[in-house]
Formats: sequence, structure tokens, C-alpha cells
Amino acid sequence: MEDHDNLKATELTLGLPGTDAIEKPTPAAPNVNKRSKEEECCGFTGSSGRPAAKAQVVGWPPVRSYRMNSFRERKTEKKEEDSTGIYVKVSMDGAPYLRKVDLGVYNSYEDLTEALDAMFKGFSLGKRITQRQAHDLHRVAEGGDESEHAITYEDKDGDWMLVGDVPWEMFVSSCKRLRIMKGCEARGLTSSP
Amino acid sequence: MTYFPEEVVEHIVDFLGSHGDRNAVSTVCKAWYQVDRLSRRSVFVGNCYAIRPERVVTRFPEMKSLTVKGKPHFADFNLVPYDWGGFAQPWIEAVARGCPGLEELRLKRMVVTDDDLELLARSFPNFKSLVLVSCEGFSSDGLAAIATYCRGLRELDLQENEVEDHGRQWLSCFPDSCTSLVSLNFACLKGEVNASALERLVARCPNLRSLKLNHSISVESLNKILARAPHLVDLGTGSFTIDNRSETYRRLINSFFKCKSLRSLSGFWDASPFCLQAVYPVCTNLTVLNLSYAPAIQSADLTKLIGLCFKLQKLWVLDCIGDKGLAVVASTCKELQELRVFPSDIYGAGITAVTEEGLVAISSGCPKLNSLLYFCYQMTNSALTTVAKNCPHFTRFRLCILEPEKPDPVTNQPLDEGFGAIVRSCKNLRRLSVSGLLTDQVFLYIGMYAERLEMLSIAFAGDSDKGMVYVLNGCKNLRKLEIRDCPFGDAALLKDVAKYETMRSLWMSSCDVTLGGCKALAAKMPRLNVEIINENDGTCESKENLSDLHKVEKMYFYRTVAGPRNDAPDFVWTL
Repeated sequence: MEDHDNLKATELTLGLPGTDAIEKPTPAAPNVNKRSKEEECCGFTGSSGRPAAKAQVVGWPPVRSYRMNSFRERKTEKKEEDSTGIYVKVSMDGAPYLRKVDLGVYNSYEDLTEALDAMFKGFSLGKRITQRQAHDLHRVAEGGDESEHAITYEDKDGDWMLVGDVPWEMFVSSCKRLRIMKGCEARGLTSSP
Repeated sequence: MTYFPEEVVEHIVDFLGSHGDRNAVSTVCKAWYQVDRLSRRSVFVGNCYAIRPERVVTRFPEMKSLTVKGKPHFADFNLVPYDWGGFAQPWIEAVARGCPGLEELRLKRMVVTDDDLELLARSFPNFKSLVLVSCEGFSSDGLAAIATYCRGLRELDLQENEVEDHGRQWLSCFPDSCTSLVSLNFACLKGEVNASALERLVARCPNLRSLKLNHSISVESLNKILARAPHLVDLGTGSFTIDNRSETYRRLINSFFKCKSLRSLSGFWDASPFCLQAVYPVCTNLTVLNLSYAPAIQSADLTKLIGLCFKLQKLWVLDCIGDKGLAVVASTCKELQELRVFPSDIYGAGITAVTEEGLVAISSGCPKLNSLLYFCYQMTNSALTTVAKNCPHFTRFRLCILEPEKPDPVTNQPLDEGFGAIVRSCKNLRRLSVSGLLTDQVFLYIGMYAERLEMLSIAFAGDSDKGMVYVLNGCKNLRKLEIRDCPFGDAALLKDVAKYETMRSLWMSSCDVTLGGCKALAAKMPRLNVEIINENDGTCESKENLSDLHKVEKMYFYRTVAGPRNDAPDFVWTL
């Protein structure tokens, strides 16, 4: 936790050192219109000492909260859109060409396998993957399920991993490329050391 | 006139359009009061707490249209707590009992629930028009009730409301038999709307003239809608984004070519520059253009578009249009009557967007300008004086310099003289908002010259009580006064209390009025509701402990014949 504090101290912001940007109150939030807060924020004298964070005065500039909110939403939406998609190559054993998927579009392993299923129509991918509990792993190792293929991925370290072990978000951040392997080859991945 | 039979008086009175005139007629004598009350079709209630709903219903039994306003104006800027009041329920209930023939209801800044909407939908068989502006408290469920039960609905106009999305496909609730829609505005809705249900609805309503879509409607859907409704006069586009110069885009241009009746455009939330080109065919006929929700459009593209709109009468833009962009407006839009320039960078580090130069250019290019809302970085006395000379027809003049108490940057003087020039020149000024560095002097000018002024908004201005007294003494027609962060105190408040019965309301926040002053006012004026809004950590036991010298954070009073209201929350204290 101490690291977080240090990071914040060296963070670049537009405000004066020591001033923190206060979140604007939403319409539903009461108890935000305190006089003392305003006096703190806007010690306006008209001649000098203009505070850097002028937007902290409640209800100023006098713009309808509906308009303010729609801009705020647009800003966060734009941030999400601006970040480039997380495109990774997908190869399937036996398929003549590779494909690319944007991992950022999916929310879960089910969504991803559904999409891959559709993408590589005609090649059965077997049952949908969910994040496996530890006790499921042995079933794959024993080759006990009916899947003909296994979905694997290359992570940041260059290792080939079986898809489904880690939480979805962790997977998305570490996945470099996907490979759909034939089931018999995949079994080798889960053999315990 | 008293020799005329009632029917003749009624016929004459019918020609009077304004509420003010009809109100005046009703005070002449008992006979005329009766004529007016039985023939009044359209009733306007400026403050929902000024009178009880039952009294309105009893007095005007033939009422067909009712307009009610709730919260004070400063509620728009988060200065009024969420559950302060302004409930539509008692109004809808009373009218449902007393005037089942109601056809039109317009509510502004009120709390409307889904139950209210359902009661409304079921109670008025001839209901035609619902307009909700800046309201809250309802969801798509309430809209579903309106769609389902209001046979013959002509207008559903939702402007800038906070509507909860319960996922209900309310639009699909319009029955197949509904063919009467003339105006539909759901631009403020955040949720998804069933596009194909909308397309079918548009197809079966041949009289549809105004349609404002929300964010969820794609360009593909817009194409289909425009194909079905080429007679649209007023359009609010959906998302207006498109990936590339595709077939959809070509069809879009084609659609707009066919919309020969289009006069008003708004929306454009995510418009990319070349998408705007699709509307070029309609620009030459546009009279109303609202680009104020389109921060993605840069100045160059804005001006290319506006440069074609030479019939424009009303323009709403963001300040990223810049002074240069406003110069293009000035040289193109000679018919311009209303201009609003909104700030686009509210949280930023003060990116210079528009200054006094833009306003001066507009004033010299657009002599018909009568309504202005202008958010700018700075203003000078010289510019305001020029504007006053160029545009003497202002009825509404609202200037907001983004930084409070900012003086004239050239002379470092207050802006008293500039605003003084405005009130001297604009004899018909009804609404004024001032900003920047201002002393008591500006209020002396306002009191002296602004004879027709009805609404005045003041923030971070003035030196002493004298400022407020000048205004109250001078402005004979003042109806609404709202003040924040000014050094006005009890002396000003109590100087001429009789004045307040000629006004609708007064708001003062973060000023110098004390509890004692407010109590004195309440004691002298029993027909005012003097409300103290006290949000100190939610504790109300301290009411008795507060000394009279305690400065009141927020005071709102209004004239009323209804007595203190019974729906006030804990933190509102009616003296």
C-alpha cells in the first residue's frame, strides 16, 4: 500500500501541488453543498490568487447537470473506444490460414469459445470452456472428456498454456496468441510435474 | 362592456392568448371572472407550491392543457437536494378527479413516478400530449404505460429527463392501432430501443413531423426511418457514426436528399466529420440547428456545415467552434435570432475557446439576435457596449464568464459599464444573467433601466446590500430573482418585503442572510413560504439550537396561497 502513496506523490496532474481533484457530485448525492467547502475551493478575490482547480465550485459553471453528465459519460466511453483492440492471432491445427480475434470484445471464456466455434465452423471444438476448478484438470489429463481439440495460448513468457485456468481478465492481459490444438497433443500440457 | 351578454365577453376574451392577459381579465369583476374561468382551456402554474391542485381544478373545470413547474431553476446546477420536492402526483391525481377531459400536460423540473404516468395514461381518454422537461423519478416502465393506454396520443416529448432504464421495450407497447403520433422525442433515454418496433411505428404514423432519437439508434436504422418519414420537419439523429464510406453512408445521403421538409436538426452525438456531409443537402432550409451535444466535431467541420445554413434562426453549439467559427456564423446566418454557446471543456485547464471577439462578430452580423446564452473565457466592457449598440432587441441575455469575478482583461475594471450598456439599450430585456467582476454599480444600472426585466440571475457579484436593494427597488416587473455567493444580507432582504408578493420566488444561497433575518421575513409575510434548506450532515435536531445569527446556506421563498407544504423533507425547514 505504501507504494501506492509514493506513486500518487509523483503523479503528474494539472492542479497545484497539494490540491486533489474532487469528483463532481452527482444529482442524487446529498450533503455536498457545504459552505465551508466552497469557501475553501473558491477564495476568489478577483485580483490575484486564482485557484487552479476552478471547476470545484459546486454548481459552477451553470450548466445543466443533464448536459454535464452526458459529457462525462461520453468521455469515459471515448477512453474505452480509444484503447486499441487486443488482437491476437488464432491458429488451428489443420486449417489453411490463421485468424485474428479482438479479446477486448469478449467478457468470458464462454463468449470466446463461442466465437472461435463460429469462426472455425466445421471443426468441433468440443465443450465450452469455463474457468476450470482445480479438480477438473485431472479429467483433461486423463483424456476423459469428448473434446477433440484444446484451446491453448502463448503467454507473455512465451509458454504455451491451456486456456481456462486463470481468471478471464488475467488471461486477456497475458495472452499473446491462440492455438487450437488437436486433443491428443493437448493432453501433454496438463500432466503434473 | 358590462352590457354585453356573457357569450360575447367570452368570445372577446378568447382572443387573448397570454396567461397574463387572461389573469388580468379575471380580476375585473365577478362576471368576467366567471367567463374566464369557464372558458379557460390552457392553465399555467409557474410554481407547483403556489396553489393547491384541487383549487386549480375547481376553478377551471374545462381545462384542456396544464403546465406546472416544480423545482427552482438552480436545481439544474445541483444546488437543490435530490428529494426537495416538486411531486407531480398530487397534480395528476387532482386533475384525474376533476378534469378528465385533459388533453395536454407539460411538467418542468418535477418528480414524476411510474405510478403517476400510469395514472395519467388510464385517466384521460382524450389525452394527446405529454411534455416532460428536466424531470426525474420515472423509468421505461412508466413510458410503457403511456404507450399502451394513451389512445390517440399525438405528442410524447421527453427533454433532458433522468430516466431509468428497466429494459422494458416501451416503444413496442404502442399498439398497431396507434397511428396518430405527430411528435416523438426520446433523445434523453439511455437504454436500448427496439429499432424495428420504431421503424414500424414511424411507418404507420403518417402525421409524424418531429422525431428525436436516442443514442442507441444506428445509422442503418435511421436510414430506414427516413425512408418511411420523408416529411419530417424536425429530426434528432441517433448515434450518427459510421465505419467507412459504405453503402449505408450513400443511402444516408440519399435519405437526406429526400427530406425536403426538414427544418430542424439535433443529436449528432458521435458524428464523424464526413458523416456531417450527409446533411449538407438540407442545410439551406434549416432554421434550427443543435450541435451542442457533439464534442467530437471540430471547428473546421462545424463551420463548413454552418456556412451553408443561411436561413438559420436558432443555433446551439459548443465553444470549440471558436471565435473564428462564430465569425462564419455572423457572415452566414443573417436571420439568426437565438444563439447558445456551451462550454465543452468543463473540467479542463481553461482551453481558450470563445472570447468577446466572437460575440462582437455575431452582434454585428446578426442584427435580429434577441436571445443569447454565451459561456466564454473573458469579456470586456468595450465589447459589451458594442454588442448593446448592435443588438438592441435582446429579450434574453445570459452571459457566463467561466471564471467567477473575472474583470475586463484589457482595463482590469469590473464589467458594470458593459452590462449597464446592455440594459440601457435593450428596452425589452426580460431575462438577464450577469457574471464576471461586478460591483453594486451594475445593480444600480439594472434597477434604473431594466424595466421589463422578469428574471435575474446573479453569482459572485456585488459589494454590499445596496446592490440587491437597487434591483428590488427598480425592477417593477421582476418575477424571479436568484442569487448565489453574493454579499447581500438581512438589511437588503428586509428592506421592502411587500415587493415579494409581486414576485414568484427568490433564491439566495451562500450569501449573508441569517436565520434571524429569514424568521423576520416569514413573520412579516404570512403569504410567503420561507424555506431554509439545511443539509448539515442530515441532523435536524440542531434546528432549535441554531442561533439567529447563524448564516443560512440556502434560502428559497415563494408566494403562495396554499400555506406551508406538507411534503417537505426533513432538511427543508419552512419558517
